[in-house]
Amino acid sequence: MATTLTTTAPDRTTEPRAPHRPVLRGRRRRVNLPAGVAGLIWLAIVLIPLYWILITSLKTQANYFLSNPFTPPTDPTLDNYRMVIEADFVRYFVNSVIVTAGAVIPAVAISFMAAYAIVRAGNRSRFLRAVNSVFLMGLAIPLQAVIIPVYLIIIRLKMYDTLMAIILPSIAFAIPLSVLVLSNFIRDVPRELFESMRMDGASEWGTLRHLAFPLVRPALMTVTIYNGLSIWNGFLLPLILTQSPTQRTLPLALWTFQGQYSINVPAVLASVVLTTLPILALYVVGRRQLVSGLTAGFSK
Amino acid sequence: MTTLAPPVQRRSSEQTSAGGRSGPVAWLALPAFLMFAAFGIIPLIGVLVLSFTQWDGIGDIHPAGFDSWTTVLKDPGLVHALWVTFLIMALSWAFQTPLSLLIGVYLATQNRYREILAVIYFVPLLLSSAALAITYKALLDPNFGLGAGLGIPLLQQDWLGRDNLALGVLVFVVSWQFIPFHSLIYQSGVRQIPTAMYEASEIDGAGRVRQFFSITLPQLKYTIITSSTLMVVGSLTFFDLIFVLTAGGPGDATRALALDMYKRGFQANLMGPASVIAVILVLVGLGLALLLRRLGGRDATESQMEGV
Repeated sequence: MATTLTTTAPDRTTEPRAPHRPVLRGRRRRVNLPAGVAGLIWLAIVLIPLYWILITSLKTQANYFLSNPFTPPTDPTLDNYRMVIEADFVRYFVNSVIVTAGAVIPAVAISFMAAYAIVRAGNRSRFLRAVNSVFLMGLAIPLQAVIIPVYLIIIRLKMYDTLMAIILPSIAFAIPLSVLVLSNFIRDVPRELFESMRMDGASEWGTLRHLAFPLVRPALMTVTIYNGLSIWNGFLLPLILTQSPTQRTLPLALWTFQGQYSINVPAVLASVVLTTLPILALYVVGRRQLVSGLTAGFSK
Repeated sequence: MTTLAPPVQRRSSEQTSAGGRSGPVAWLALPAFLMFAAFGIIPLIGVLVLSFTQWDGIGDIHPAGFDSWTTVLKDPGLVHALWVTFLIMALSWAFQTPLSLLIGVYLATQNRYREILAVIYFVPLLLSSAALAITYKALLDPNFGLGAGLGIPLLQQDWLGRDNLALGVLVFVVSWQFIPFHSLIYQSGVRQIPTAMYEASEIDGAGRVRQFFSITLPQLKYTIITSSTLMVVGSLTFFDLIFVLTAGGPGDATRALALDMYKRGFQANLMGPASVIAVILVLVGLGLALLLRRLGGRDATESQMEGV
């Protein structure tokens, strides 16, 4: 995923926005032909492979070679899915859940704390200013570039081939973008609210929990989803930091399964569908948060 | 987490001055900082150190001076990897930008049926690179894939078996996954253009095409730079996709920098040279990011500081 951003879009949200909307709608009602055509063609390009994955995963292997790839199977079968599940995918699924939850929850929690501190005292504390610039620089460090020392550290910590080995670097690399997005949101909380909390004698920790947390909850959701998706889909860390089949996460399991059954296209595609299904389900439930999560920090 | 900022301090914090309060707040940033230092900053220094050593990934690490650097810099493989990386970067940029721009402009209207389109556009972004690569590998297989099934010779090529085709497939798959993302960035950019500009130009008799080139495009300048930065810097790190789809092949045709590093380090067990490649990867990434930022001009950096 493209998490290595280095620039943010210029903040034009300060301009009055509300008056544009109704007029915009009127203006845009005129047909924009080239864009519309491009939109529809792209729709087909997106849909055709997705449709193909789905129908093929329901075909038998014999049927797959005989039938037209675009006609749905006459007698759909779930055998491929059974085969995938029997290939220990339940375990890989559980591993992926452990890694994702185990990394995202602490990552978002400590990023939130850091973002809070940076917004509240970033001007006064030299330490916090330094921390902030370290995180900003961190946005530009690609995980691939530091994977060798990470591998070395994990070996020295005697954590090689454990799920913890995937979790720790995942937390670290979720922090920079999370802090950036969250601090942007905390900054939007009116200063008076913090002041009145202080007047009422609330501690910083209390202010964080009872004022900042509820107000920034949508942003926390966004950051959670964004990180969750990239860790769930992560491939490099499991590939390098684990070895035994029992520690596999889903993307890695997909790859090895594909290596074993490359001839059995329907089964391979069933594994693709199965591993995508949980995210797809989440997408249906929380599309708005997900979309804003994916563009977090880029379009704000 | 719970050891920080004990609530007992409530009373005393009332009395202390504003300067004194920054102490306990700063503690809140410590866990995130330590975590990122351990797995981000130290490895970044570590990769530079390791590039001056000899290590097979298992045994002891020996200092080796500039050996790895001279090996890598003399190796024509480096130039090739840089060239492949550049090609993937340039082609995927050239393919994605116009399409994302068009789709983004199109999606900028709030319209029920376009919202449904947006829902579907996003599905590719949810798939892992591994899943995506596996799907396209199956789809493009010359014997069992789409072309063979449909019996169309044009589609029945050895897509991943020929140098240029494999590179083209890679660019296409990347675009398939990321065009929706960039369209969304453009969509929000278009929505921020003041409508008055269009109204004024309409009075002056400008047509749609003229409006697009004279208003939309210039107004989207910073959006284009943001999106391009993401594309360009992001393309340096395509690893999962290339690894699963082509594994760098056929031959070395798609062996980009990140993959080159993996192959040297984790397949040939030459961590020293692999670290050199990693350092080059960081330098190229930073260089490109700075270059694009310069293109953005003064305003872009200013607004970036605003975001800080």
